[in-house]
Amino acid sequence: MGAYIIRRTLWAIPLLLFVSIAVYGLLELSPGGPTSMYARRSTGLSAADLAQMEEALGLNDPFYVQYGRWLWHVVQGDFGMATTSARPVSDEIMDRLPNTIYLMAIAWAVSLMIAVPIGILSAIRQYSKFDHLVTALTFVGQSIPSYFLGLILLLVFYMRLDNPFSGSPLLPSGGVKTIGVDLSGWDMIWDRIKHLILPVAMLSATWIAWYSRFLRASMLETIHLDYVRTARAKGVRERVVILRHAFRNAAIPLVTIMALDLPLLFAGALYAEVIFSWPGMGRLFYQAAERRDYGLLMAIVMITSFLIIVGNLLADIAYRLLDPRIKLR
Amino acid sequence: MIDTAQSTNTDRAHSRGPAPDAGAMTTVHSSMASLYARRFLRHRFAAAGLVVLLVVILSALLAPVITQDPNALSASDRKAQPSSEHWLGTDEAGRDILARTIHGGRISLAVGITATGIALALGTLIGAISGYFGGIADAALMRLTDAFLCFPQLFVLIVFGTLIRTTDLRVLQGSMTPIAIIIGLLSWMGLARIVRATFLGLREQDYVDAARSVGAGNARIMFRHILPGAVGPIVVQATLLIAATIITESGLSYLGFGVQPPTSSWGNLLEGAKPFLQTLPVYAIAPGMMIFLTVMSINFVGDGLRDALDPHSQR
Repeated sequence: MGAYIIRRTLWAIPLLLFVSIAVYGLLELSPGGPTSMYARRSTGLSAADLAQMEEALGLNDPFYVQYGRWLWHVVQGDFGMATTSARPVSDEIMDRLPNTIYLMAIAWAVSLMIAVPIGILSAIRQYSKFDHLVTALTFVGQSIPSYFLGLILLLVFYMRLDNPFSGSPLLPSGGVKTIGVDLSGWDMIWDRIKHLILPVAMLSATWIAWYSRFLRASMLETIHLDYVRTARAKGVRERVVILRHAFRNAAIPLVTIMALDLPLLFAGALYAEVIFSWPGMGRLFYQAAERRDYGLLMAIVMITSFLIIVGNLLADIAYRLLDPRIKLR
Repeated sequence: MIDTAQSTNTDRAHSRGPAPDAGAMTTVHSSMASLYARRFLRHRFAAAGLVVLLVVILSALLAPVITQDPNALSASDRKAQPSSEHWLGTDEAGRDILARTIHGGRISLAVGITATGIALALGTLIGAISGYFGGIADAALMRLTDAFLCFPQLFVLIVFGTLIRTTDLRVLQGSMTPIAIIIGLLSWMGLARIVRATFLGLREQDYVDAARSVGAGNARIMFRHILPGAVGPIVVQATLLIAATIITESGLSYLGFGVQPPTSSWGNLLEGAKPFLQTLPVYAIAPGMMIFLTVMSINFVGDGLRDALDPHSQR
């Protein structure tokens, strides 16, 4: 097990190099580069100024020199400066990361709290009306593009429905909290919750659909296994059979796919953050792409890529720990 | 619908239908095909999905015939509400929203099919070589698959989108092809793994040895003898991949990093509609519903195919 983890961790190095070269190369291919922003925005900089800036930033060096320099700094933990804000990339990320973790963790928890009972119930009542309804709804949840769902939520709950007491929109259109108002105590918490409802609903819809359908399938596999029948035969109450015997094993695959979703805690849900103006990582990436802030783009891609690898490894380890029948080689 | 089949022998024998006539090859084929068709159509959602999908595809194919000019501007008719002349109203430049939505379908479907085609070709080839030859080829190709799985797909596509938006290269501008290609290049991994697994199982079969003993070459064994056995899972996976790539392309275009206006795709229509969500909601709802209906139909069809093509299925 230990050797396995070490081998997998070492293997992450060439994988990350591969990803970084590919994405760096892709950025390098686009003409203009980071200075084109200034050229377009009539900042009063002459062509000579821009050329000097490019020289200073080392943008005229060959690809491998630029890449090598970038890599050398990254290895030392320095992702460089964000070109538009002239702040360190790590500061930009640290500003946004808490918001993303806050949103994603709540959306994740809400999804699980809804998906788990639904998955269990529809499995033990297979082919019942409830099960058919759930199946139909999971198809809807899996098929509706999240960005479209987000726009619909915005249309209904911000634009169309009003709060019957104050006449203002029922729910805010975006942001983490109401800006410019100093709230405290319950008012603050309520304000936070109101801002969370729409993005969380948008994110959870898809997650609930996937998780509940997945859990239903794995529950259906376990509830027909011999050991579950044995538990029933020796007189264990049905509730205990389902929750303690069947569900425990059925949850193993669910835990692993949740581990695979780990990168989302960092990368955020780009669409949700863009639609609901959520100041998180996804929106930061989107804005960096709009401004062609290469340092920022590279940093976010690399950290996400790293977390994908970690998530995969965690999924395998979790599988091994939860199911002793599986041997990792 | 994704139940594990708890098959009993009687049930399975029953669903097999009339025993095929072993003597006549054509009879076997047609009865197998009709068996699959019957199993598929018994799936009510799949049958309904197929109908909706056919309507969407037909409308996309016939778009130039059945709609107005999607790029015709009208200064007097800007942001018009739905009327008998413009069934879904007009956008901010006076263009007919219905026409743009139906024309957008041509692009969105084309991207989905092209990207899936590329992923299908790559995934099948890589999976087949990997599973058939094993050894170093397998190890190398599977590490490559791992590497591609490490790409944060949406982020890489956005980075590619910035390239498309700024490039001077004519071939990359205002066309859906580069986007379709890059989505395809980032989507083949699941297929490769499935094909590899099937090949691993089938290459040890006696009929493969038999083919080799009569002198069939590797390529012939791979693609004429083994591949047909892998068709079921490949078809299912590819079908679902079309839905996924349509969602990806539309999302990318919605963010402004995909298909560029004035060419309309469902995604960039949604982007164009966002400022007018309050006053003209139909502008956003039309393309959004088209994505949703198309993707859901494809998912239903994929699910139906899974049941129809699965030899262990009893439904």
